Amino acid sequence: MITTLIYSLTGLILFGMGFFTLIIHSHPLRKILAVNVMSTGVFLILVATAYIPLGEGEIDPVPHAMVLTGIVVSVSVTALALILACRIQETSNSSLPGRKQQGEVPEESIG
Amino acid sequence: MTVFQFSSPAWMVCPVILPLIAGLLCFLFSHRTFAIALAAALTNLLVVCLLTGQLLVFGPMRCHMGGWQPPLGITLRTDGPALLMLLMTAVTGLAITLYARGYFSYRISDPRRAGRHQRQQRYFWPLWMLLLAGLNGLFLSNDVFNVYVTLELIGISAASLAALSGKPASLLASFRYLLVSLLGSLTYLFGIVFLYRSNGVLDLGLLQNLAANGLGIRTALVLMSVGLLLKTALFPLHFWLPPAHANALAPVSAILSALVVKGSFYMLFRFWFEIFPSTITQPTLNFMGTLGAVAVLWGAVQAIRQHRLKLMVAYSTVSQLGYLFIAFPLARVDGGIPVWSIVIFIALAHACAKSAMFMAAGTVFLHLGHDRIKDLSGVRASLPITVFAYGIAGVSLMGLPPSGGFVGKWLLLTASLGSSQWWWALVVITGSLLASIYVFRVMSRLFVIPEGFSLKKSEPHFRLLEWPALALALISLFLGLAASWPLHILVHGTTTLAQVFVGGLP
Amino acid sequence: MNWGQWLLVSILLSSFIPGIIIFGLPEEKHRLRTVLNICGSIAKIALVLIMDIGVYFGHIFEIRLSIIPGVELLLNGDPLSALFATLSSVLWLLTTVYAVGYLEGSPNRSHFFGYFSLCVTVTIGIALAGNLVTFLLFYEMLTLTTYPLVIHRGTEKSQRAGGNYLIYAFSGGAAFLFAVVSLQTIVGPVDFSAAGFPSSFIESHGAALILIFILLIIGVGVKAALVPLHGWLPQAMVAPAPVSALLHAVAVVKAGAFGIIRIVLDVYGPQNLLLLGVLPLLGGVASITILYGSIRALQQDDLKRRLAFSTISQVSYIALGMSLADQPLAVIGGLVHLVHQGLMKITLFFCAGNLAETLGIHRISEMNGVARRMPFTMAAFSVGALGMIGIPPTVGFVSKWYLGLGGLAAGNWWVVAVLAVSSLLNACYFLPILTRAWFGKQQEPWPEEQYIGRFETRLMLLVPPLITAFIVIAAGVVANAQVSPLAWVRFIVRGYTL
Repeated sequence: MITTLIYSLTGLILFGMGFFTLIIHSHPLRKILAVNVMSTGVFLILVATAYIPLGEGEIDPVPHAMVLTGIVVSVSVTALALILACRIQETSNSSLPGRKQQGEVPEESIG
Repeated sequence: MTVFQFSSPAWMVCPVILPLIAGLLCFLFSHRTFAIALAAALTNLLVVCLLTGQLLVFGPMRCHMGGWQPPLGITLRTDGPALLMLLMTAVTGLAITLYARGYFSYRISDPRRAGRHQRQQRYFWPLWMLLLAGLNGLFLSNDVFNVYVTLELIGISAASLAALSGKPASLLASFRYLLVSLLGSLTYLFGIVFLYRSNGVLDLGLLQNLAANGLGIRTALVLMSVGLLLKTALFPLHFWLPPAHANALAPVSAILSALVVKGSFYMLFRFWFEIFPSTITQPTLNFMGTLGAVAVLWGAVQAIRQHRLKLMVAYSTVSQLGYLFIAFPLARVDGGIPVWSIVIFIALAHACAKSAMFMAAGTVFLHLGHDRIKDLSGVRASLPITVFAYGIAGVSLMGLPPSGGFVGKWLLLTASLGSSQWWWALVVITGSLLASIYVFRVMSRLFVIPEGFSLKKSEPHFRLLEWPALALALISLFLGLAASWPLHILVHGTTTLAQVFVGGLP
Repeated sequence: MNWGQWLLVSILLSSFIPGIIIFGLPEEKHRLRTVLNICGSIAKIALVLIMDIGVYFGHIFEIRLSIIPGVELLLNGDPLSALFATLSSVLWLLTTVYAVGYLEGSPNRSHFFGYFSLCVTVTIGIALAGNLVTFLLFYEMLTLTTYPLVIHRGTEKSQRAGGNYLIYAFSGGAAFLFAVVSLQTIVGPVDFSAAGFPSSFIESHGAALILIFILLIIGVGVKAALVPLHGWLPQAMVAPAPVSALLHAVAVVKAGAFGIIRIVLDVYGPQNLLLLGVLPLLGGVASITILYGSIRALQQDDLKRRLAFSTISQVSYIALGMSLADQPLAVIGGLVHLVHQGLMKITLFFCAGNLAETLGIHRISEMNGVARRMPFTMAAFSVGALGMIGIPPTVGFVSKWYLGLGGLAAGNWWVVAVLAVSSLLNACYFLPILTRAWFGKQQEPWPEEQYIGRFETRLMLLVPPLITAFIVIAAGVVANAQVSPLAWVRFIVRGYTL
């Protein structure tokens, strides 16, 4: 019970930290890492949920399957996000292309 | 070969598998992409029609993947709403496939940038096929976690498609879209955690029967809703949508606005009204309705203020999605029609009309080289069918009879005035008036051929670009007249548990 | 589907199919386009006449299409539909001929005639609508099909006029939709054949029903140009003359007036309206419109604008007649004015168009002595003007006579006063035109003279106004006969218990 609580709480804190960073910081790499930290938090909570102390019964495989799937998804999406960030870096002029641009679009960029 | 009988549930695997295979084949055989994609889109439509027939004859069905029963196995399920969404995706998808072909052929025929457009085309088709597979999987899934997987598939393909044009604004918009999508999925997953903690099952059918109301369920529902709302771009979580949809290539904009946002909305509606109806309270429904109302008005006002055609159409999407949420406090008003009716009509009509509009906008941009609204005069001379398609699509967005948009609007008005919640009716009507402003701002420019106007250059005939748009626009226009068909499918195919809840909270 | 249902559908198709085909025709195929148009109009008149005969002998024409529970499309031929449908189809034929002549040499005629045909299809749809939802359907589509006609010239002014028209029309449509849904929520689906809902609803929902009535009238009042919803009409005069003729005499304004008639007689029913006490309100608005329109008409120098304000004023006679819904004589006056005003106004607009097209005359001050140059046109114009003033034996006199009688029978002397004052004002703004044209001396050469045809102008421009002017007199002379608009209107009113 205590174990579950500690891990869950940690996961929650990780989620919160990641969320905070995602919102506040503008550098794309920071954002990507923040999302990763958030997903780690969620996985941690999930694993904590599935914790069954030794000898108290059979392990429930479903949460573990979910975490594995989640990790795979997380990896793929991180890869895509990193490539996008690199491409943005290449094509834009400024070195910190994480500025929030709300809907204002230069003319030649409509496809 | 019992698996290929008409009555076999195994058919519902096809809409997921076929586009997946087609996507892989498109990636491998990059010189035959259109043929593969067209074959996949056509077969998809045929299979969905077969599934519709199945539904009308046998009622809702389930398919247990790999023979594993729930709660361990993953099931697919066909019922009325799912099938209507599948139909919407299949029909719109076919039209978009044809349009995309025309779009890329036109762009490649321009020798100056043929190389870049070749590359875009090479990646467009596999991504679109994967997106189609994800959408079909989402509509068919009967398992909460499978929905998560399909949502991610959709998100990744959609973000990549949005980035396809390679311009800086697209890349930025796509990056933001990806992060938002990811945030949404994570929140959704977080919700699943609570759900699993409380109930121990992931199958939607089993969840439906466990009508619990604890703190865990409520937290789960809140988290999952927030995640899905992020993906559906409800005000105030809509900020990512206009740049992403406006900057994408025209076929991609159509896909994003018409189909992708509908997927997450569908899941949200299902959770609220079919899986956890007892957890929903009237104040929360009113809250969603209020957000929807603000979305309708805010989106419309922003659309009116735009100078660029595609941005205007994107803000129009934000506005139209608001109607879907105004249906939340009204869906359970007793009118003798299934709970899903309002949102189905609005969603179907909007999918057809919005994709037609984006296609028309894309054709106009190809022809003129820009999409500044104030300089659109004279287009009617060279692109009469496109202008017509735009106008008819606008009719549906404005909710004028006999379009599908009108039927949705009528249902909203009837439910709102019938249950004495007349303020929603006012919002709906104001929204339509604002929509007519932004539609006709463009129409009046497109329509007029000033005296002494002459065609700039003789264009090759844009058949593949113009006719799919017109076809979809006409479908949205006559959806109202044919409204009894979707209603029939809904009535036949809704699980009885949901029908019990027409008429008020239990 | 029995032959009656086929008849209804073919009446609509007789202009819908030519319209669609015309859209696809290349610009150069003038002859084919004209042939299609004329054949379509003749076919439509024939079919409508068949329907009229059937309605006279009591045959039921009805076709239904159920959309969703509570929304049903219903086309229905009753005597009132027959009246409006016949008026529209006959005037459409004449306007088509006129338009072909008028637009000779103009660009974009395929689009124009395509929307022209669609517009008439929709107007006939309004005539044949059998319930509020179908009426709403065609009413909104009327806005959509007339908009391209208004902005046809493509100038800045046309676009602004078109935008203004849309604002008014869509706002009216929104009010109308709100009212229709509210009404259906209270009393259920409204079929016109029921001629009013049970009075028991008035005790429970009286206030709501009054509000709904006001919204409904606002909705149709926009197109019928009731003050203060009339603002779009004078601006819409920037459209070519055939469009103005169509808008004022055949389609838009008449559709609004027809809507008022339907609402008063068939949606609410005169008894319910008496109980609710809203009829004086309608009468008041109608009277204000009559007087305001006439006063504004006096101030205009542009001929078409003067005619526009005259329309605003004259169409409210119909509303005035309806506001005395319990008096058969007044209702007869209002209904028959639907036909008569259409005939007279279309004559006036045809003539105004002739003056503009042949001589470049747009202002009344330029009209000195024009009757010497264009005697037949001015003769037709004079007939129309005299009819507007209400001089026997023109049809204008017939409608005013019945309205006056109805007002007296109701004990509302103010109706007669309004009629008298407005006739006086009509004289004040029509007679100077006539004296100027017939007795004035031409001061300067015409703005842009064109010598077209052997007669004073093209035959296609000359014959339609002469025909309508003839009908204006003839229908007045034979008003009491078996076959006249008045006789049919009497037939209609017999069917209602007033």
